[in-house]
Amino acid sequence: MKPEELRYAKTHEWVHIPQEDGNRLATVGISAFAVEALTDLVFLELPEVGKQVQQGDTLGEVESVKAVSDFYSPVAGEVVEVNSELPDDLERLGEDPYGRGWIAKIRLSDESALDTLMDHAAYGALCAEEEI
Amino acid sequence: MTQTLAETPLHGWHASHGGRMVEFGGWSMPVQYNSILQEHQATRTAVGLFDISHMGRLRLEGSAAAPFLDSLLTRRIVDLPLGSIRYGLLANDEGGTIDDVLVYHLEDQCGLFYRVVCNASNREKVIRWLENHLRGNTGIQLRDETYDSAMIAVQGPLALEAVAPLVDDDPSDMQYYTGRCGRIGNTFGQWSRTGYTGEDGWELVVPAAAAVELWEQLVLMSRVSGGTTVGLAARDTLRLEAAMPLYGHELSESISGVQAGLGFAMNLKDRSFPGRDALLQQKKDKTLPRRVGLICTGKRVPREGYAIASGSERVGKVTSGTFSPTLEKPIAMGYVAASAAVVGNDLMIDLRGRMEPARIVPLPFYRRSVT
Repeated sequence: MKPEELRYAKTHEWVHIPQEDGNRLATVGISAFAVEALTDLVFLELPEVGKQVQQGDTLGEVESVKAVSDFYSPVAGEVVEVNSELPDDLERLGEDPYGRGWIAKIRLSDESALDTLMDHAAYGALCAEEEI
Repeated sequence: MTQTLAETPLHGWHASHGGRMVEFGGWSMPVQYNSILQEHQATRTAVGLFDISHMGRLRLEGSAAAPFLDSLLTRRIVDLPLGSIRYGLLANDEGGTIDDVLVYHLEDQCGLFYRVVCNASNREKVIRWLENHLRGNTGIQLRDETYDSAMIAVQGPLALEAVAPLVDDDPSDMQYYTGRCGRIGNTFGQWSRTGYTGEDGWELVVPAAAAVELWEQLVLMSRVSGGTTVGLAARDTLRLEAAMPLYGHELSESISGVQAGLGFAMNLKDRSFPGRDALLQQKKDKTLPRRVGLICTGKRVPREGYAIASGSERVGKVTSGTFSPTLEKPIAMGYVAASAAVVGNDLMIDLRGRMEPARIVPLPFYRRSVT
């Protein structure tokens, strides 16, 4: 997936929302900026399939040598699939955060909160601000 | 409240070479340049360069300096030979630790002196402690040289190759915990075979104005052998694998050197210094909590403050934890009730609400192979 086509949360998760109507399945992950800031990832805990989440709910945790951080769901819905190969291959997060580093697929239940997500340009500006 | 952070003479270099600067002990220091794991491994396999100029560097001169230090340190200082270094503690009356320090007996162009290297966060406290005990003792000059100088650690199996071309005489014949003064590169300073990584290595002290040039020479030489500059994060994973205590974690005003298992740094017999009687008492007390090393079975990493349990009973807490790059497992040090502090014991650590197994192992976690 191209980073330009994704939406982003302030907490550095990305989400891909397909354009077709009907059964809307969002793919979520954590941004390259977040992976770069964390560095040296050693552990990732995936959400459980079937979990119902609201926007901003804790989805899982990611641990680096330095510290542990939660990551949050950028959308509301049900977790229907997780990238089960990811915890044993954390390098994917650094190499391909928007592709093979995806974390979960969430069936959207409420799309009203999607407007609060940022587009790529706005997210880039946020990262530039945080880097200073 | 924002506090102005102190900057080492190498601060500008770090900031312009990818160093991520963070606050540590009142100083702005590089926590990492790139990857912590890579900086750690470079130190274990080649050579790592560390700016440790934040460490306090005091200089004591005068004929009474040795008996004075001896009257405050847990370690005997009066018989410290010229060129030798000892690790010791300053203790309060209860035996708690004011700081852990290195004392060097050295001679430079200005004469004989004792160097005390203390923790950055404790420097002002240590100076106050020394000055309070100096009252009326006119035979001693105490000077804080921290801001006038820089301190650089060169650590790892290839440290010798980086240091040898820069210093006067052959550093390979130096014993561990010895130091000398003389020419270093284009300046004069002090070098010692000491460190905080579990590797062989040297620590250099030079005038602040000469620091950048020396650092850049070391960077060039270490790159040839696969070395790198190393930030505080990897300094912490390295010292933790080597089971070296860190003040504020394994040592504090309420944790004594005896509890920390630093018996080698305690000369209690026939001596007098603050805390001595309390430490003697603690040494006999077999019920005190003890410092242990733990390896986790799972992948989640224990952090400072996490509770340690034996069955359903809480028996202690973690003081330092990390992912060990060498063992590729989460490791921790902590204090555990004496009854549970037995090597081989299986305990549980409360990892953010989930109890996960951890086993007590002998310390250190890592010991370098001596070739």
